[in-house]
Amino acid sequence: MKDRVILGMTLFVASEAVFFLMLVLAYASFHKVTGATAAAVLDPVKTGIFTVALLSSSFTMWLAERAREKETRGVGFWLFATIVLGSIFMIGQGAEYVHLITDKITISRDLFGSTFFTLTGFHGLHVIVGLILLALLFGLAVFGRKHEPTAIGMQAIAIYWHFVDAVWIVVFSMVYLWRYV
Amino acid sequence: MTDSARTHHTFNWLPDIPEYHGLWSWVTSIDHKQIGIMYILSALFFFIAGLVLALIMRIQLMLPMNHFVSQDTYNQIFTMHGTTMIFLMGMPLLFGFSVYLVPLMIGARDMAFPRLNALGFWIFLFGALLLYFSFVGGGAPAAGWFSYAPLTEKGFLSNPGVDYWALSLLVMGIGSVATGLNLIVTVVTLRAPGMKLQHVPLFVWMAVTTGWLVVLSLPALNAAIIMILFDRLLNTHFFNPTHGGSAVLWQNYFWFFGHPEVYILILPGFGVVTEIIPVFSRKTLYGAGFMAASTVAIGFLSFGVWMHHMFATGLGFSVLYVFALSSLLIAVPTGVKVWTWIATMWGGSIRFATAMLFATAFIIQFTIGGLSGVTFAVIPLDWQLTDSYFVVAHIHYVLLGGMMFAMIAGIYYWFPKVTGRMLSETLGKWHFWLMVLGFNGTFFGMHILGAFGMPRRVWTYPHGMPIVTGINFFSTLCAFLLAFSIFLFFWNMIYSFFRGKVAGDNPWEAWTLEWCCSSPPPPENFDRLPPVHSRRPLWDLTHPEEVKQKVGGHAS
Repeated sequence: MKDRVILGMTLFVASEAVFFLMLVLAYASFHKVTGATAAAVLDPVKTGIFTVALLSSSFTMWLAERAREKETRGVGFWLFATIVLGSIFMIGQGAEYVHLITDKITISRDLFGSTFFTLTGFHGLHVIVGLILLALLFGLAVFGRKHEPTAIGMQAIAIYWHFVDAVWIVVFSMVYLWRYV
Repeated sequence: MTDSARTHHTFNWLPDIPEYHGLWSWVTSIDHKQIGIMYILSALFFFIAGLVLALIMRIQLMLPMNHFVSQDTYNQIFTMHGTTMIFLMGMPLLFGFSVYLVPLMIGARDMAFPRLNALGFWIFLFGALLLYFSFVGGGAPAAGWFSYAPLTEKGFLSNPGVDYWALSLLVMGIGSVATGLNLIVTVVTLRAPGMKLQHVPLFVWMAVTTGWLVVLSLPALNAAIIMILFDRLLNTHFFNPTHGGSAVLWQNYFWFFGHPEVYILILPGFGVVTEIIPVFSRKTLYGAGFMAASTVAIGFLSFGVWMHHMFATGLGFSVLYVFALSSLLIAVPTGVKVWTWIATMWGGSIRFATAMLFATAFIIQFTIGGLSGVTFAVIPLDWQLTDSYFVVAHIHYVLLGGMMFAMIAGIYYWFPKVTGRMLSETLGKWHFWLMVLGFNGTFFGMHILGAFGMPRRVWTYPHGMPIVTGINFFSTLCAFLLAFSIFLFFWNMIYSFFRGKVAGDNPWEAWTLEWCCSSPPPPENFDRLPPVHSRRPLWDLTHPEEVKQKVGGHAS
């Protein structure tokens, strides 16, 4: 790993991993009190479908990277697909939030609200940042010069995007699937 | 060698660096030397602020039942003193040293991400100003530098002080992660041609280990701070026991960050001393490999000892044993370092310039602080001494007598390189002896106060305890002596900056790469680099016959 951009992004992701570890631990440490609420109010099937959308966006991101490396067409297309899949996930999260809040389950209601909204909210924030980065790449792919976006730039943002997906796998298992253990 | 071609090629994405003049060239600078200097100057500014706060506390504690400040003010002052010295003085000072020296020591043109470097500095500065704005913005934080919950919850402290504390540390924490990451990437990607990792100066090893600790521990603080902010601003319940939250959770988070933080602060100090001692002993560093390895060992271990800050919270016995053991264990690599410094001095032709005096005092005082630190790993002693003045004595021996003495040694050592002028040795020796007296006089007695059971962070103490009153009175007098020595130090820096002896490129006859460029270094650092075959490239230059042996006759 001699490239400064890739190394820098990897270290940033390592730092973010510790950040999310702390949020996940906060959720997990109160599970005894909050587990029942989670089981009662969350819908693992609906969110599971949106999860599939997010995880497949990692795949399309990989295809976009590969297209860039092999200098074939399709960089823009696969980036666009990634953005669409990521946005579908965010719409799913938004719908879930609206549903919970209309049921009076808010961040200040109880420990479940506190830990759930903080954890998933920060993840959602990271997805939004990722979508902005992807939109920049897409803009460069469509309107940029021939060598843009650079392979290194795409690789760096891909590292971030895969990381955001990986975090969601942990969050989803922890928050939505714990009840089946 | 094609070094100049290389450095220009590596940095061709940067605009030309403007000349060093005018405020504008500093505000817009992305040059690591200017940013390093700005870090150090801000750190020294906040050092004075923290010192003034400390003196107010000492005046208050000079006599029993004194009324110099109120209880509330006293709480704000010790909180601001601690937070200032750790986050506004300690961290920017070590970042300043690292950012200034690391590229020079590895023969690079600049940091790997120069703009990120500038961002890190400005984010720190405004975060720091935000903290001090709290004095006029509704009240300073008053819950101590580690802000234990639930005291920080809104029900207990309703003025916005804790919000300022949290926001400011969050902002600075993000900047610190950026700078830590930048240091690692710089050393991995921009070392001079031929400079292997075992040729990298020990200061750089320590700076990189610090970088790792920053990258992996600061986010824990950031996460905890976000939770306490949410608790206060959005009525969440993370650390609020009345709603099922856990106050101990905050302690776990804080010290998971806080113990690596201690090593973040001390490791660059170790690095400075490790550079200075061989140069002034005219010997190579004894056991350099052990020095590097023990640094990395400390880095790893520092993530596994945090609960020794929490022995009094009622942890289970198995937890107590594990963390007592790991805390005792970390004394081993630290002991290796002390041994290495002493062994380097042993039999050397030692020159006691001011820098070397401070480095020597560092070893002694840090060892005292280390010994009192190991005391806390012994659980029964910890239960007796926790939250007493013994802890205050310990932290000041480690951070003031240790880290700050090392950093001052570093300022005496590198001032000629940074400014082109020598600091006055006469003033320096006055500074040194007064500071040693002032420091030890102020803090040594606190060990005894702590053993007597005087609790820290309490604004006063009752009449009728002659020993406690006596030690406190003496401590206050010595604190003013300490402050006077710091005044001499600042006067020395200002005077020598304008009137000091011109230094030349290498006044100490040192061996690392930063001494081969002019003093102060030109904007582009190096025209061409000497070949690097060892940890002492400048020594190799003057002793070519030894290099031939080392690299098998290919040293051209």
